[in-house]
Amino acid sequence: MSHPTLEVVGLKKHFVVRKGFPRPVTTTVRAVDGIDFRVDQGEAFGLVGESGCGKSTAARAVLRLIEPDAGAIRFADTDVRAAKGSALNALRRHMQMVFQDPYSSLNPRRSIGRTLAEPLAVHGIARGKAGRAMAASLLAEVGLPDTALDRYPHEFSGGQRQRIGIARALALQPELLVADEPVSALDVSVQAQVLLLLKELQTRRGLAFVFVSHDLGVIRWFCSRVAVMYLGRIVEQGPVARVFARPRHPYTQMLRDASPIPDPAQRGVLPRVVGEIPSAAAPPPGCHFHPRCPRASDICRVTYPEWNDPDGQGFACHHPLDPG
Amino acid sequence: MNDATQLRPKLRWTGTVSAGVSAALRFVTRYPATSIGVVLCLIVVAAALLAPWISPFDPNDQHIIDRLQSPNGTYLLGTDSFGRDVLSRILWGARISLLVAVTSIAAAIAVGGTIGMISGYIGGRVDLFVMQTMDVLLSFPSLILGLIVVALLGPELINLVFAIALTAIAPFARIARAPVLSLKERAFIEAGRALGFSHTRILFVHLLPNILSEVLVMGSLWMATAVRTEASLSFIGLGVKPPTATWGGMMREGFENILDAPWLSVWPGIAILLLVLGLNMIGDGLRDATDPRLRGET
Repeated sequence: MSHPTLEVVGLKKHFVVRKGFPRPVTTTVRAVDGIDFRVDQGEAFGLVGESGCGKSTAARAVLRLIEPDAGAIRFADTDVRAAKGSALNALRRHMQMVFQDPYSSLNPRRSIGRTLAEPLAVHGIARGKAGRAMAASLLAEVGLPDTALDRYPHEFSGGQRQRIGIARALALQPELLVADEPVSALDVSVQAQVLLLLKELQTRRGLAFVFVSHDLGVIRWFCSRVAVMYLGRIVEQGPVARVFARPRHPYTQMLRDASPIPDPAQRGVLPRVVGEIPSAAAPPPGCHFHPRCPRASDICRVTYPEWNDPDGQGFACHHPLDPG
Repeated sequence: MNDATQLRPKLRWTGTVSAGVSAALRFVTRYPATSIGVVLCLIVVAAALLAPWISPFDPNDQHIIDRLQSPNGTYLLGTDSFGRDVLSRILWGARISLLVAVTSIAAAIAVGGTIGMISGYIGGRVDLFVMQTMDVLLSFPSLILGLIVVALLGPELINLVFAIALTAIAPFARIARAPVLSLKERAFIEAGRALGFSHTRILFVHLLPNILSEVLVMGSLWMATAVRTEASLSFIGLGVKPPTATWGGMMREGFENILDAPWLSVWPGIAILLLVLGLNMIGDGLRDATDPRLRGET
């Protein structure tokens, strides 16, 4: 296997809320509760799960946009969590982020040219005319004409803005892009265009991706490996095709079966999804998934299952589904 | 279909005089109140700038024989109890009013705006502490606070500016903080952090331009308040020292002869009224222009 670009071990982020007077009640939300994963060079790694499972928090913690509480993050043999000041800025040149909402991810008062040239100037890569020329080539790379340089974000459609956001993330020539639901705010037709663009960039630039999404179809198409998150923990992880074809964890199966496949031959009754995702502030004891799980037994209510990885498709479940 | 090809052609200024005139006419018909406000303020600004050339007499020259004259051909607005020309003094007084209003509000925007912006950006306990300090400042009526400051420091122009600026810091801190609270959660600020921008850059290059319009709207409304406060402080004798002509000071001096020569107080009163009215009308217009619910109805 190739050298890992990003390695995350035991990453934790708990949000502590103290409310009330005179005796404040402390609530701890375990948004990310000890997750491990690695992303190899040029690999697209997916993080999938329901809303509130901590996938966005995990993505932001990797970039130190949210300060993690515990765990280790290594990027190309650099300790991300220990980096400060200029070392952190140097790391930022290697890892960039693409945001979900194309409407809030661009400064409405800055022209596209200035938005794209700014990181170049801040990191001392290019200034003035050279910066503008580089901004134009970034735009060309995402399929926009250089006439866009002097325009403002409100003059563009959602898809175009998302392209500009991608161009900005590429400005520092990163090796890893963290994409937080990069297409979920777009129309379906535009989603396809943006996904194709990202795929093209992955091949051309050899970019690695941490791709956060709740859309299994998108993950299936874009990623080679995937981790399924539930309530702050990874419950199953492995190659995309295998994980979705033969899930071992009942939660993965439930997610897969809940996402419709556009094939009349596969028409069937959608299984009923039981219950809501519980609050991360008060996760159920034992296996977090047991209240919704059809296979739950007594041990599931008491002990959190160990991580099992017999054949490259890991899972945390007492009663895994047959690999068959 | 490529969404990149559907860019709208950019609007261009055609740059002819007739286009300028028709644009101005469109503005006047669409925003009559704002236009009146602009005209009123322009008149006062012109009076202040041109005072040395257009005022018929020196504002401090005493024409002892012509004391307390009612408006007539020589003295268009009459003379006061020292025989000074009221029109000349009103023209020169416009300078003080505008000077005090502009400098004090500019200072309040610079100090209060920066405090509010940084406080909102940092958030948490710092924000709580700073904003409660501002609330304490806000709880003093501005006239009382101004009165205390001027009484302590003495009636000088600079102290007057300082006093009015001090009363306006808290409102500007509030108005600058509120939009920062929502803006700092937006993805472009997070993108700035991901790109390694410094906090100073994020604050002054990215947040400031986005809150400036709201702050400037408040600025024009508060300039009206500053004019009133200056006039009030001058009226109770805590303004700029005599014999310098100020509108508030002229009202106070005229008050001594209010029964014999009411115009002495009425003329500067009208001047204050028109300037405050003009500033408020511009402020209202700017506020409507920046209100997204009212914008875009063309």
